[in-house]
Amino acid sequence: LRIAGFLLLAAGWAIALAAVTLLGPRSATGAFIIAGIAVEILGFVLFAGAHLPARNGGGDA
Amino acid sequence: MAAAMPDTALLLSLLAPLAAAGLLAINTGLSRSRSAAHTATASLCAAGAAVLAYFVCGFALAEPGGGGKWLGSGPFFLTGFDFGDLRASALLPLQIFSVALAAMIPAGTLAERWRLPAVCASSAIFAGWTFPLFSHWAWSGWLSAAGFLDAGGAGAVHAAGGLTALALAWIAGPRRGKFPTSGMPFAMPGHNAVIVLFGCVLALVGWLGLNLSTAALVLRAEPGDLVRAAVNTALSAAAAALAAWIMTRIRFGRPDASLIANGWVGGLVATSASAPFLAPALGVLTGAIAGLLVVFSVELFETRLRVDDPSGGVSVHGIAGLWGLLAAGIWAHAPFGPPAIGQWAAQLAGIATLLGCILPLSYALNWLLDRLLPYRVPPEAERQGMDLSELGAGAYPEFVTHREDLLRR
Repeated sequence: LRIAGFLLLAAGWAIALAAVTLLGPRSATGAFIIAGIAVEILGFVLFAGAHLPARNGGGDA
Repeated sequence: MAAAMPDTALLLSLLAPLAAAGLLAINTGLSRSRSAAHTATASLCAAGAAVLAYFVCGFALAEPGGGGKWLGSGPFFLTGFDFGDLRASALLPLQIFSVALAAMIPAGTLAERWRLPAVCASSAIFAGWTFPLFSHWAWSGWLSAAGFLDAGGAGAVHAAGGLTALALAWIAGPRRGKFPTSGMPFAMPGHNAVIVLFGCVLALVGWLGLNLSTAALVLRAEPGDLVRAAVNTALSAAAAALAAWIMTRIRFGRPDASLIANGWVGGLVATSASAPFLAPALGVLTGAIAGLLVVFSVELFETRLRVDDPSGGVSVHGIAGLWGLLAAGIWAHAPFGPPAIGQWAAQLAGIATLLGCILPLSYALNWLLDRLLPYRVPPEAERQGMDLSELGAGAYPEFVTHREDLLRR
């Protein structure tokens, strides 16, 4: 999950970066950036889920 | 009308260290008394390491106002730096204060469990590589060319610092006992709400310096825009604090001092993206939404994502910073007109870069560093308190401490 989330985060950025640098001022640019952010959100959810800590007892607070 | 004079901007930038002073007070007040001195020391050491790393290589890579599309090409160690060109050189102290402020954000998030050598090493990496990379893109590089608007560093300073804090919190894990075997997370309230709230007022003064001087030096804003930036900064903080107050009153039955303080700072962070270019009413709206977002985000990260963040730095700087960037895309009117791809698309490209590049990059670098230089103190030191275990003396040596805190249960 951690690696998948990490890769999705990076992939989402790659989509947004490619849209800005390759497409330039076209109407599709915004759509590709939004698609990239959607991929990033999916990656973030997976990445965050992989880091949920084990419940470690409350007696030592 | 002419842009603001660089000497005026330089004087304004000298207010910026007060933002760091405010953040240090907030970080310290929101930690428990047994780790108060350590949290303040960690914040100071983070700022120190960051400033030195920025001097060594950060400025060369960031090169605000110059360099190429992807990376700056300034002088390492500031060798041969032209201090005579005031408009260019005035950016240097501003950048130094900004990177010090950003490096202090993770020190609050990882309070009570982060070793001092690791604090310094991680802050140096942030200031020597991560911050220069994004700040160059945002203020001189490909994002800037695309029209990305980040007038006072909501993205480059705060969101980058907040997301780095999140990566570090994931790597280091929560404080012992924070998430019990069943039920809600264990509440570990800070030890001094008064110093936290005082830090908020200090932060306002510092933010005025940051927002106004960055607008003048990076965006060449006109004097009238600087006045608008000052008004919007105050309005946004005020609206955010009141929104947080109302929301905590509704949700928890009474106002929560630490969340109101977090809301205040969240308002300051959100307005950093576009303070010189917002109508005052929109400044209020930006701040109010930031205040609400901070309250919900603190709860989300603690109860759902189980991220232990004593200072709320991830929500206050990370989430409010991202919101500020988005708000700039929705309703800011930059003086040079909207970019070709549209202001909202340019802002989303910046947000995508922070989430998809800066967050994984910070995580990867710190994950590697954690293997070389373990971040966490041993469990025994954490139980004893960071002041005694790492510094050898408490912040309040004449206080009577609860004996059960020092005895193994």
